[in-house]
Amino acid sequence: MTAYIVRRLFATLPVMAVVALFVFFLLRFAPGDPAAIIAGEDATAEAIAAVRAKLGLDRPMVEQFFVWTTQLLQGDMGVSIFSNMPVTRLIAQRLEPTVALTLSTLFVAVGLAIPIGVVAAWKARKLVDRLVMGFAVLGFAMPGFVLAYILIYFFAVQWQLLPVQGYQPIREGLWPFVESLILPSVALGITYMALIARITRASMLEVLAQDYIRTANSKGLATDRVLLLHALKNAAVPIITVIGIGIALLISGVVITETVFNIPGLGRLTVDAVLKRDYPVVQGLILVFAGAKVLVNLLIDISYAFLDPRIRY
Amino acid sequence: MAVVADDLALPPTRHFSLWHAIRRNPTIAIGSVLLAILIVMAIFAPVIATNDPFKIAPVNRLRPPSERWWFGTDQFGRDIFSRTVYGARVSLLVGLSVAAFASILGLALGLACGYFRRIDAIVMRIMDGLMAIPSILLAIALITLARPGLGIVIVAIVIPEVPRIVRVVRAVVLSIRSQPYIESAIAGGTKNWKLLTRHILPNTLAPLIVQSTYVCASAMLIEASLSFLGAGVPPEVPSWGNIIAQGRTFFQIAPWTIMIPGAFLAVTVLAVNLLGDGLRDRLDPRLARRL
Repeated sequence: MTAYIVRRLFATLPVMAVVALFVFFLLRFAPGDPAAIIAGEDATAEAIAAVRAKLGLDRPMVEQFFVWTTQLLQGDMGVSIFSNMPVTRLIAQRLEPTVALTLSTLFVAVGLAIPIGVVAAWKARKLVDRLVMGFAVLGFAMPGFVLAYILIYFFAVQWQLLPVQGYQPIREGLWPFVESLILPSVALGITYMALIARITRASMLEVLAQDYIRTANSKGLATDRVLLLHALKNAAVPIITVIGIGIALLISGVVITETVFNIPGLGRLTVDAVLKRDYPVVQGLILVFAGAKVLVNLLIDISYAFLDPRIRY
Repeated sequence: MAVVADDLALPPTRHFSLWHAIRRNPTIAIGSVLLAILIVMAIFAPVIATNDPFKIAPVNRLRPPSERWWFGTDQFGRDIFSRTVYGARVSLLVGLSVAAFASILGLALGLACGYFRRIDAIVMRIMDGLMAIPSILLAIALITLARPGLGIVIVAIVIPEVPRIVRVVRAVVLSIRSQPYIESAIAGGTKNWKLLTRHILPNTLAPLIVQSTYVCASAMLIEASLSFLGAGVPPEVPSWGNIIAQGRTFFQIAPWTIMIPGAFLAVTVLAVNLLGDGLRDRLDPRLARRL
């Protein structure tokens, strides 16, 4: 087991190395003059030269690469062009709302999608199942930000049940914190929910067709016991996989959801950095988001070993 | 005799075949009809639009939907119906060209990776790295370094979509490669090029087509998201994402500025997804049974 975990851990290194090389070379080999584009439309030659010096683009490529790599390995992601703050500190400041939003979305989506998928599989081809599948198809097509505005319009503007926008940190009290996360979590989680519900249903259908389920039913076990203990447990591997794959949807969606709901997290930071063309910040955020995704995939891979002892690579 | 009977039976079957196809595959039918309507709307946008989509008329700002402005007006008094009709052009153009470019690139790389083991190790590591970056972020990073325009938006969406195609194609090539008929073709002295194009390529087409419809849907969503964030096509272009982004400020008093282009976007993505699901069921029955 330990050997498997260590091996999986080492396998993430080349992936992160490719991501780091990509952000490094993207700036250096971008067509045109990135320093001029970052400096803006009507920047003077001095301003462009200043940006170039700040990004280290005026030095030889090999030197740039060694400086950049050494700094990155020490956890230094450079300095923002606009605020002159270290990128790591900017990211650390904005981490909490994004983590809160991602976890609450994960909680809402998984908590709703798995029961929905189980019921759909249990009542396969009945009305409930068709409704669930219809919801799943719609959920894939619904852009998160459009749904966000529909939710805000009804729940916040018309019925005034929940706040329109904004984020309350948890230290301001539990209810304001939860309240500020309900609409963003639903808007962010809809596609994710559709995905998990669909896979849960498919995986459950496959398991429910097995002989041991018929045996369990025929020896008179209660339906809920059969569904949850016998079927769901054996249907878990694909469900866990898709929960992991779907984290990517959440990470992409965070950027948009935070913009709609005005949540001061990493997503807002990304959008602000892009609009100001603050490349060091964009670069740092890519590394953090990609790192989060790689880490989740690693955890999923490790969870397989626990869920299904037959899996060993 | 049998031949004659078959010939006689042919006309009625053909007459029936369209209805039969719709009955057997309602998702393909619904998806293609919706998509056809949207394509017609995009092509004939100047004819369908009731007003000039660019004309600013502050007197008519934020009018609700009415007989004169079917979908209302925005804060500059521009007609939302006409802008939405023109917006179909951007969405479809981005969706279709991303699907086409990503498929061509992905097919070439996927064939090469599946067939030539030496390229495989390097290219797949790069693909794994690209897949680790969320697609919107990757697109955003590319856009940060370029001047705004439709072309860079398409390029920026193609790059994160390519690895998805490469993986699908490569998996097919790997499974086909070990088939006895490929081994016998190699033993018979078939050249690499012919082996790839005549024996392997045709097998990859069905999964490629299915995957590219999903790429098309995802590209349209990413384009709208980028425009919404202000990092997509230039703001004066009437794309659905731009209309929604500009409607944000007055959304509470003029919800139609967001709901209507949003509904069009959702229906378009739905149409492409339905087409993709239908094609998947039709072309890859093994997968259909699993899902």
